[in-house]
Amino acid sequence: MRSGRIFGHNLEATRVNGETLLEGKIDGARLTLAGTGDWIAKNARVLQASIDAETKRAGIKEVAIDMGAVERLDTFGAWLLEKLMRTFADRGAATRVTGLKEDYRRLVDEVHGVELEKPALARPNQVAYVLAAIGHSIASVGHTFNAFVNMLGALSVVLLRVAVRPRTFRFTSMVHQLDLVGWRGVPIILLITFLVGCIIAQQGIFHFSKFGADIYVVDMVGILVLRELGVLIVCIMVAGRSGSAYTAELGSMMMREEVDALRTMGFDPVEVLILPRIVALIIGVPILTFLGSMAALYGGGLVCWLYGGIEPSIFLQRLHEAISLDHFKVGIIKAPFMALVIGVVACVEGLNVKGSAESLGLQTTASVVESIFLVIVLDGLFAIFFASIGM
Amino acid sequence: MASGNGKDVVIAVRDLVVGFGDHIVLDHVDLDVYRGEILGFVGGSGAGKSVLMRTIIGLLPRRSGKISVFGVDLATATDDERHAVERRWGVLFQQGALFSSLTVRENLQFPIREYLKLPEELLNELAIAKLEMVGLDVSALDKFPAELSGGMTKRVALARALALDPEIVFLDEPTSGLDPIGAGDFDELIATLQRTLGLTVFMVTHDLDSLHTVCDRIAVLADHKVIATGDMDTMLASKHPWLRAYFHGTRSRASQGAEARS
Repeated sequence: MRSGRIFGHNLEATRVNGETLLEGKIDGARLTLAGTGDWIAKNARVLQASIDAETKRAGIKEVAIDMGAVERLDTFGAWLLEKLMRTFADRGAATRVTGLKEDYRRLVDEVHGVELEKPALARPNQVAYVLAAIGHSIASVGHTFNAFVNMLGALSVVLLRVAVRPRTFRFTSMVHQLDLVGWRGVPIILLITFLVGCIIAQQGIFHFSKFGADIYVVDMVGILVLRELGVLIVCIMVAGRSGSAYTAELGSMMMREEVDALRTMGFDPVEVLILPRIVALIIGVPILTFLGSMAALYGGGLVCWLYGGIEPSIFLQRLHEAISLDHFKVGIIKAPFMALVIGVVACVEGLNVKGSAESLGLQTTASVVESIFLVIVLDGLFAIFFASIGM
Repeated sequence: MASGNGKDVVIAVRDLVVGFGDHIVLDHVDLDVYRGEILGFVGGSGAGKSVLMRTIIGLLPRRSGKISVFGVDLATATDDERHAVERRWGVLFQQGALFSSLTVRENLQFPIREYLKLPEELLNELAIAKLEMVGLDVSALDKFPAELSGGMTKRVALARALALDPEIVFLDEPTSGLDPIGAGDFDELIATLQRTLGLTVFMVTHDLDSLHTVCDRIAVLADHKVIATGDMDTMLASKHPWLRAYFHGTRSRASQGAEARS
């Protein structure tokens, strides 16, 4: 309470650990303030509150603050002092700071020069804002489509170049990628397709047995797996597993200017980075599709035997009658096209990564979502195509 | 804690050993940093300057030895004691280490927001004040780190290191990657802020100009030890072969010649 005694009646005081930071006394239109204690970051909140309380006083023509008893002052305290003075000065009051320690003079002068930003312009009207947002997202779909087609074009050019001079193809890199996307993906693909085959067979038996058509489960499993499910599940897995990895790899290379470095050395990033990756996918996905389809048929056969009581020999015989080579071709023909879509989308999104970690995350998400979406759209187009040529 | 010559020791490194696998980087290193000084820490590339800095701030483990900051031994301190010390230092990393998904404003406010519950208006004003203290203006406030030039990145990173008004700042090669004018300006900025805020500065550097113009004292790391500490004159007078090569090489003569001409 030492300042309380000095200033007679104590109007406003805020305390930190029993110590006051700012006290004020009014004498007509003259406000006399006294700062004490530590005006530092830790006390900034309390100090702000007491400064707000002081600046609420109306009709002040003259303000004097004695900083003599302030023991420590940092940027936070200096700014709050400056803010207090500015608030009164803006209202036309005369302000004066006294007793400031020499050590802190420089800091207070520094803060005195701070210019706050101009108040933000009025918000644009909400309808315009929403319309603009819709416009931006439609435009971004257009940009993505453009980039996709661009990449297809660049790939074709590189492919032609490589066809003329096959030795420029990065064979080692392609084999390495094939190992990552193909060979190492085999166990998880086999497991998932096996389980899906089991589930379809179980559902089929459960419902078909109601009208005694158990044996047609074999037709359903065979056709569904070979034509649609094998390739779709493999592609969705590959988009999540390898597409995202491509985007993240290329994206972080973009962030660290590695792609630019390649360009300046006279290499074409499409040839060095993208072509081997996409070729690896185009080779890997059909193989994975074949393995996945076999695993699904195996799972289906196993469930038919254990759950539906259809002997394996009967299952195989029925499968032989139900499916033709066409069903198998329909599935396997789609695989390289879907691999191309996954690879191109992943690489386009990877090259779109801007400087921030957040952008890398956004593009990786976009890559997976877009490639799964496009794979399904493509599957629909293929269904129409195969139906019209009678396969 | 006070040393024999009456100066206040804020960082005391005693008998420190740091190594990775079989490779010993720092072998029984001793170093004192005094309150209010700018210490330039030099040594060859790969000599372990950054390793010492990272060990002091607790990012790397040590084999043996003792580091105390503000008299607190960081190895034996409780979590609360260590956090209290961490709040009293700021670190400028070599690449800036700004959070790439936050704007400059959010980067500057991040430590303040975490430690102090302040009203939004005050947070904004403080971000602007800090930004102007490092010589940038409000136009940089809502940019993302990827949109800043190298010099601006360093300045914003320095402003973030100073966000909580620390007593010690660690600078890891603050002028690397800046042009000579930008580096000179940055040196001047560090000196100004050091005087204004009463900072203790621990600066890892390769820049002979920085050593000449802003450092009060220089410590030299070579052969896994601190082989010399002292001011520029001590360094120039030393007979140690590495020091002679470093301070009397062609680069340094050029820098001294430039100083003599000006």
